[in-house]
Amino acid sequence: MIDPRYDVAIIGGGPSGLAAAAELKARGISRVVVIEREAETGGVPRHCGHPPFGIREFGRLLTGPAYARRLSAMALRSGAEIRTRTAVTAIKPGSEDVTLHCTAPEGVITLTAGRVLLATGTRESPRSVRFTAGERPLGVINTGALQAYAYLEHLAPFRRPVIVGTELVALSAILTCRSLDAQPVAMIEEGPRPVAPSGLFLYPRLLGIPVMTGTKLVDIAGSSRVDHVVVEDPDGHRREIECDGVIFSGRFVGEAHLARMAGLDLDTGTGTGGPEVDQFGRTSHRAIFAAGNLLRPVETAGWSFREGRKIGGFIADDLAGRLGETGRERRLIAGDGIRYVMPQWLAGGAGGMSQIQLRVSRPVGGHLVAEDAGGREIYRQKLSALPERRVLVPQPPLAGGTGRITLRIVE
Amino acid sequence: MVADVLVIGAGVVGCAVTRRFALAGAKVVMLEKGADILSGASKANSAILHTGFDAPSGSLELSCMQAGYREYLEIRERFNLPVLETGAMVVAWTEEQREKLSEIERQAHENGVPDVSRLTSSEVLSREPHLSRNALEAVLVPREHVIDPWSPFLAYMIQAKALGADFHFLTEVMGGAFDGETWTIETNRGSFRARTVINCAGLYGDRMEELLLGHAHFSIHPRKGQFVVFDKAAARLLRTIILPVPTERTKGIVLCRTAFGNVLVGPTAEEQDDRTRATTDEATLRQLVEKAEEMVPGLGSMPVTAIYAGLRPASDKKHYRIRVEPDRNWITLGGIRSTGLTASLGIAAHALNLYRGMQEGRSSSIEPVADPPEHPVRNISEEMPRDWSQPGNGGIVCHCELVTAREIEEALNGALPAGDYGGLRRRTRAGMGRCQGFNCQAHLAAMSKDRLLLPMAVSEVPA
Ligand SMILES: Cc1cc2nc3c(=O)[nH]c(=O)nc-3n(C[C@H](O)[C@H](O)[C@H](O)COP(=O)(O)OP(=O)(O)OC[C@H]3O[C@@H](n4cnc5c(N)ncnc54)[C@H](O)[C@@H]3O)c2cc1C
Ligand SMILES: Cc1cc2nc3c(=O)[nH]c(=O)nc-3n(C[C@H](O)[C@H](O)[C@H](O)COP(=O)(O)OP(=O)(O)OC[C@H]3O[C@@H](n4cnc5c(N)ncnc54)[C@H](O)[C@@H]3O)c2cc1C
Repeated sequence: MIDPRYDVAIIGGGPSGLAAAAELKARGISRVVVIEREAETGGVPRHCGHPPFGIREFGRLLTGPAYARRLSAMALRSGAEIRTRTAVTAIKPGSEDVTLHCTAPEGVITLTAGRVLLATGTRESPRSVRFTAGERPLGVINTGALQAYAYLEHLAPFRRPVIVGTELVALSAILTCRSLDAQPVAMIEEGPRPVAPSGLFLYPRLLGIPVMTGTKLVDIAGSSRVDHVVVEDPDGHRREIECDGVIFSGRFVGEAHLARMAGLDLDTGTGTGGPEVDQFGRTSHRAIFAAGNLLRPVETAGWSFREGRKIGGFIADDLAGRLGETGRERRLIAGDGIRYVMPQWLAGGAGGMSQIQLRVSRPVGGHLVAEDAGGREIYRQKLSALPERRVLVPQPPLAGGTGRITLRIVE
Repeated sequence: MVADVLVIGAGVVGCAVTRRFALAGAKVVMLEKGADILSGASKANSAILHTGFDAPSGSLELSCMQAGYREYLEIRERFNLPVLETGAMVVAWTEEQREKLSEIERQAHENGVPDVSRLTSSEVLSREPHLSRNALEAVLVPREHVIDPWSPFLAYMIQAKALGADFHFLTEVMGGAFDGETWTIETNRGSFRARTVINCAGLYGDRMEELLLGHAHFSIHPRKGQFVVFDKAAARLLRTIILPVPTERTKGIVLCRTAFGNVLVGPTAEEQDDRTRATTDEATLRQLVEKAEEMVPGLGSMPVTAIYAGLRPASDKKHYRIRVEPDRNWITLGGIRSTGLTASLGIAAHALNLYRGMQEGRSSSIEPVADPPEHPVRNISEEMPRDWSQPGNGGIVCHCELVTAREIEEALNGALPAGDYGGLRRRTRAGMGRCQGFNCQAHLAAMSKDRLLLPMAVSEVPA
């Protein structure tokens, strides 16, 4: 097999990877390849058969599949090479280039690149990771799989599922069920209130789907297909809900396997779960960057698109020798009330992502403060926020200098 | 048609028995109430090929285990079946456990496993650098191995089928009678006739005796085992199977690699009456993860891939419940509690001997098949090359486990096609990886449409 060398290899052809490819080409980088394991590029939107997508990127309200097609066309037009049905199985950083091992219908392929962008996206936590009790019948799936059943394969996996979780994606689960003529029988949420803005939950209620907060799924029963589930309310009362499926929605985790196996530093524990990056999207290896929802759970397609474009630009800067220092001067720490911070590092040099992204770990009201290693406050802003909502902090006040900065909530 | 032998149940025991009798020239009918082989106790175990070092000395169980072990290693290359030569260490974490190591070593020697030896704590750590520093001492059992718990039985059944064995799935034995020469077995799918019945019904072995003999000589008391499977990244942290020093009651929690490149912790030992529900529960799974982290601290940062539970067909006694009723042409291979994967081939050979004994002096005789066909099965372990590295594989369908379209097609079309999603998973590993079907399940449902006995989707919807 020939061993092609690229300036940049982008792993993952979702919104962030495709946007990065187009930006790199626009910046005059000659050999750019997008490697996508599915038969088509477009990423998750390929199977989100409903709007809203594309308003900021294309000035139109699109469904996911239409948006995915536009993104793909844009990347192709830019002159980037697109390799579909090719899965990267391992990344081996060398002294000069990075080697990518791939599998494709024709067998094993290796290629090398000067820079690699990880844009492998995110998925929802399956039942196993949640340790949900019970049997393991058919019909227990994530929203992503449900969408693929409905919009890609035109099959119904069940008729009357229970939806677990109340992030935005749970509403997509309802929309998707409706396209299948399936009627969700309940939406259950362990927390005291829905995660997505509560106004949105008028929608399930109008459809007659009870939204049960403070409720935990404690048993899945059924030998072949789901027969019923058991839920427990805050007082410890249990009851059965008859259903023939369970949709585990949300609790996104980055598709970080390649990053982990390549030995990149990951933000584990309560962190993002993705690779640690600096404000240019550089991971702990200087030639490997990351963008999109791999960086953090979870943002919209539009956000991931813009992030991909920006980080594509930083890679172009880097290839031109114009990126700041690779040293990791400042470490950003998620302190009290903060679940994660991204980027986790600030390298010396100006520029990069103009905002720090974070999520709070509980509903908060008060101030967000940033303190240096000596406990000196270097930044403060008012903040009231709920978990899973986007919180942004301007990057420049934190940049410069060295040592750690702790971000925390002062109520 | 009257078969020579009717086998009830396609667990590890039933599959090995079907093959052994087919090789011996018997006309075999196998009835299984599930949609596929290995849909009972045999779908979920620790996948360890035991040497028998700690089995009851002098027992039938030990001899079946050792015969099964030997035969597996002898035939596995011809069927393209893997073995992970991991070895095992029985690790003492406390002084009290340490005192028991000599006895374990002595029993291993008595059981004909001479190559066990003692390892000091520093030898333990140099063999397993990621193991907790709290290990005091260990007994090393070099030939304790890990296998793929499913593919061997697929291979055996494909061989049996090539030899003319007849399989019926979704076929539940519901009654029957023996007329002094021939059994007529009633099922939900009609009746079947055979001269001899071999009861390999696992968790229902006693029920089959009640139903067909009128009384059961033993009773099944299911014992559940729960497991947690860690991501493949964890496999770098461990080579050897880590066994605990057993207590009176249980063999305890094992930590080991799997043939598929993961790390597994389990099983628990929980008695229950229910014979069908193999449920997991959150508190136990969390304890298992904690336990695993105690042994290998690095597992703390490893994601979990899967959880599962299996039911051991334990009985009211510790030993195998093997029984011949010569007057009724009946053999029960029951109570194969926790060593059936290893012992299956040995149990099958033993069953053939019992059968021959029963046939002595009777007219019907069977002739062993010369040059039986041996079809290699597709390797799904990480120990040997997988299809994704070969040209013409059709592309990847399951990304986490790198399962190709060609592998899925073969599993759906092959000599013994998958009967349900579980069977498809066990043949290919599709859907068993870290995303648990997030990416591929719908694709699998489409590929398998109209081709499984139990379909994945409930209906089609207009595009
Ligand atoms: C079920 C679900 C529903 C969602 N619904 C919405 C919504 O309605 N609106 C919205 O704005 N956002 C939604 N999102 C968020 C979604 O993640 C973003 O919309 C967006 O797709 C993120 O883009 P990305 O490029 O980071 O990743 P993705 O879109 O996930 O793309 C990653 C790509 O990388 C490929 N890939 C991964 N690993 C490899 C490898 N090893 N080799 C080759 N290719 C690889 C994947 O096949 C995929 O195509 C949803 C997410 C999920 C999971
Ligand atoms: C947690 C756990 C860990 C284990 N670890 C290991 C290990 O590491 N190594 C090892 O060697 N062994 C291990 N074992 C043991 C091994 O899995 C069992 O010994 C073995 O699976 C028992 O197989 P069986 O064929 O007797 O039963 P089963 O697999 O239950 O087979 C019986 C079959 O009969 C069918 N059947 C029942 N009733 C009827 C009927 N009326 N009509 C038609 N069909 C019927 C069932 O559907 C089933 O498929 C473990 C077991 C468990 C549960």
